[in-house]
Amino acid sequence: MNDITHRPKKLKIATTSLAGCFGCHMSFLDIDERILPLLDLIEFDRSPITDIKHCGPCDIGLIEGGICNAENVHVLREFRRNCKILISIGACAVTGGLPAQRNHLDLGSCLTEVYLTEPGLAHGHIPNDPELPLPLDKVHPLHEVVKIDYFIPGCPPSGDAIWKFLTDLIAGKTPELGHGLIKYD
Amino acid sequence: MSDNAGSNTAHLETILGCHDHDPGKLLQILREIQEQYGHISPDAITRIASQLAIPRARAESVASFYSFLHIKPDGAYRVLFSDNITDRMLGSEELMRRMCQQLWVEPGKVSEDGLVSINTTSCTGMCDQGPAMLVNGRAITRLTHQRVQEIGHLIRNRTPLADWPADFFRVDDNIRRKGLLLDNKLAPGDALRAALTLGAANIVEAIKASGLRGRGGAGFPTGLKWEACRNAAGITKHVVCNADEGEPGTFKDRVLLTSYADLVFEGMTLAALAVGAQQGYLYLRGEYRYLLEPLQAILQRRRDKNLLGEKILGQPEFDFDIAIHLGAGAYICGEESALIESLEGKRGVPRNRPPFPVTHGYMQQPTALDNVETFCQAALAIQMGAEKYKAIGTTKSTGSKLISVSGDCPRPGIYEYPFGVSVRDVLQDCGAANTRAVQISGPSGICIAEGEFGRKLGFEDLPTAGAFMVFDDSRDMFEVARNFVHFFAHESCGFCTPCRVGTSMLKQTMDKIAAGHGTSHDLNEVENLDRVLQTSSHCGLGRTACNPVLHTLKHFRPAYENRLKSLDFEPAFDLDGALARARQMTGRDDTGAHLNTEET
Ligand SMILES: Cc1cc2nc3c(=O)[nH]c(=O)nc-3n(C[C@H](O)[C@H](O)[C@H](O)COP(=O)(O)O)c2cc1C
Ligand code: SF4
Ligand code: SF4
Repeated sequence: MNDITHRPKKLKIATTSLAGCFGCHMSFLDIDERILPLLDLIEFDRSPITDIKHCGPCDIGLIEGGICNAENVHVLREFRRNCKILISIGACAVTGGLPAQRNHLDLGSCLTEVYLTEPGLAHGHIPNDPELPLPLDKVHPLHEVVKIDYFIPGCPPSGDAIWKFLTDLIAGKTPELGHGLIKYD
Repeated sequence: MSDNAGSNTAHLETILGCHDHDPGKLLQILREIQEQYGHISPDAITRIASQLAIPRARAESVASFYSFLHIKPDGAYRVLFSDNITDRMLGSEELMRRMCQQLWVEPGKVSEDGLVSINTTSCTGMCDQGPAMLVNGRAITRLTHQRVQEIGHLIRNRTPLADWPADFFRVDDNIRRKGLLLDNKLAPGDALRAALTLGAANIVEAIKASGLRGRGGAGFPTGLKWEACRNAAGITKHVVCNADEGEPGTFKDRVLLTSYADLVFEGMTLAALAVGAQQGYLYLRGEYRYLLEPLQAILQRRRDKNLLGEKILGQPEFDFDIAIHLGAGAYICGEESALIESLEGKRGVPRNRPPFPVTHGYMQQPTALDNVETFCQAALAIQMGAEKYKAIGTTKSTGSKLISVSGDCPRPGIYEYPFGVSVRDVLQDCGAANTRAVQISGPSGICIAEGEFGRKLGFEDLPTAGAFMVFDDSRDMFEVARNFVHFFAHESCGFCTPCRVGTSMLKQTMDKIAAGHGTSHDLNEVENLDRVLQTSSHCGLGRTACNPVLHTLKHFRPAYENRLKSLDFEPAFDLDGALARARQMTGRDDTGAHLNTEET
């Protein structure tokens, strides 16, 4: 029997930064002391805040940064596998952002320039250790690799915007960022 | 209660005789047999068919169409819990579970001793005093655990319904706010006399000038409808009052028929004068069966006062009378052409339109068919004059509107406002707090969320037939939508495939999501189904059946997504190919240097 009463259970949230600068995470922390009431409603899974390395089943996943290498793809897929609702947060995640500025350059010439032509680094060879993730030829926004449910634009979106978005979601309401909360800079 | 189910020849003859052996009265005949015997036996169907000289298949197809007619033996006591979302919010599901336990019967089945069956039925129009049920067709309101237990005892002791406490059957008007209609001081005959002074043609002009629009939901200009009916070819014409009130959450017509019936009949009578009709019909939903006798008494009183019958108010050419037809539990019969089919004693299947009822209505003759409230408003407009009437409400929605408020508020009931009132004002008046959403005009209407409560009731913005269901922030809007989807699947008349199959698929998908087995694919499917229903259904039921899901998906999408099991997706580009250049530059080809496009 399905109960028509909406009983909030503690939601699990995972967060990560892929090809981003952690600026969005810093902005998340700008919700300041509101993190305390938030913790009554949510619990963090994998996140730089908890240092948990792999994400388990979650209600909400928040990802900052785009996809620039193979490891990003694996992490993103892990999130998609585990999160019911996946949110792309910040310009990098939504569009590729700053790192995507390399997209109009050939990856080969980038690598050549950095590791072979310029003096000082890597002693004249392009790193090929299997431990290192290979870069993709282009940087991609998240939604080109997995399905993304929501997008929060901004570089970074303000703490207030993140707060409004999350509290709406937790309340079961389609999130709406009203006037002043959306910035496309 | 005898169990020979209408095969008692003498009695069957009496019923048939009362209806002049008229096949057009088939539904009324079947209803009476159902009421007397608890079901309609195959033998009874055979006899009726032969007596009315119609194919047996026709009699059986009608008997099997309506949910209050049973062609198999049912319980001696047939208990139907009203299953609107507002009943559920008041705990009807738990009450039904307990009653089933108390009486040792499974929902939808007849108890082994044939004593009782317990099931659900669509909204019974008692939302302001629910949870409600019907027992052998009689409405019982304000159910509590105690009341349900008492009912269980009465049934077990086989106490006849007539001996049950009268308070069980009490139905309150709950009028909370009066306006020009509910506060009217008209005596029977007043509006009719005003109409006679105007003369038939001028009634139509006055109604047109008043700006009056239909109160049944669609808001068609009443004056234009009457004019078309008046001008339609043919001598025999009809006036039909739509009192099917099946839209869940609507109960204002019930109140009008309970306490303002004279005004309803007055409106019908002046409509008859305007269009030149001789006969009127009130199509009363089966759930309001208890109103039949009081209404008939009022009709008789009006005949005695020469407000009905021959030469009304002494006018030599003004003959008009009204008969009451009872429905038998089919929401689709509120749709005007289905209603007319039902009035003709057939299955309530919507006709092709055009031609419209104004030219080809009851018996293919010109028919002016309007909602209960529309007739009341017409009488008021004639009495007060078009100019005065038009001054009330807004430019495109003149006059007042009765709103049936139910759900999460301390003062549910009937509120009358001039058109143009804001949702917020209604919420304030009924005392609603922490409102999350309001369902305007029932499941087929519009769901609006916080942030839109400044919107106004009226044809310019939020058209409404009157239902106003309030949901506070403790409610799960997915479950609300699922209840409405079940309603449409149950009420689809089955005539056209997009709706018959589509509403069932929609129901299955919503149930699958509710059970936690949904994927994003299912959400997409829901949206696809909605498109099919909207574009290819035969009548308004199918076209609006997708509204609850579309509207709640818009405002409360996470309520759906939280229930999804997984979300599948295809990447937008070749992932492994995107690593080729890096492989080339590094000379690597280990497993870490590759990506599967398909996730493993
Ligand atoms: C599925 C469906 C159900 C309807 N149910 C009702 C009803 O219960 N009562 C009603 O007055 N109109 C109902 N209508 C609208 C009628 O078809 C018709 O438009 C109305 O009765 C005309 O009267 P009005 O012009 O006074 O509004 C329904 C329409 C549809 C498509
Ligand atoms: S959006 Fe801005 S803050 Fe977020 S990762 Fe990109 S650059 Fe950093
Ligand atoms: S849309 Fe539904 S209710 Fe209307 S005719 Fe088709 S099956 Fe019947």
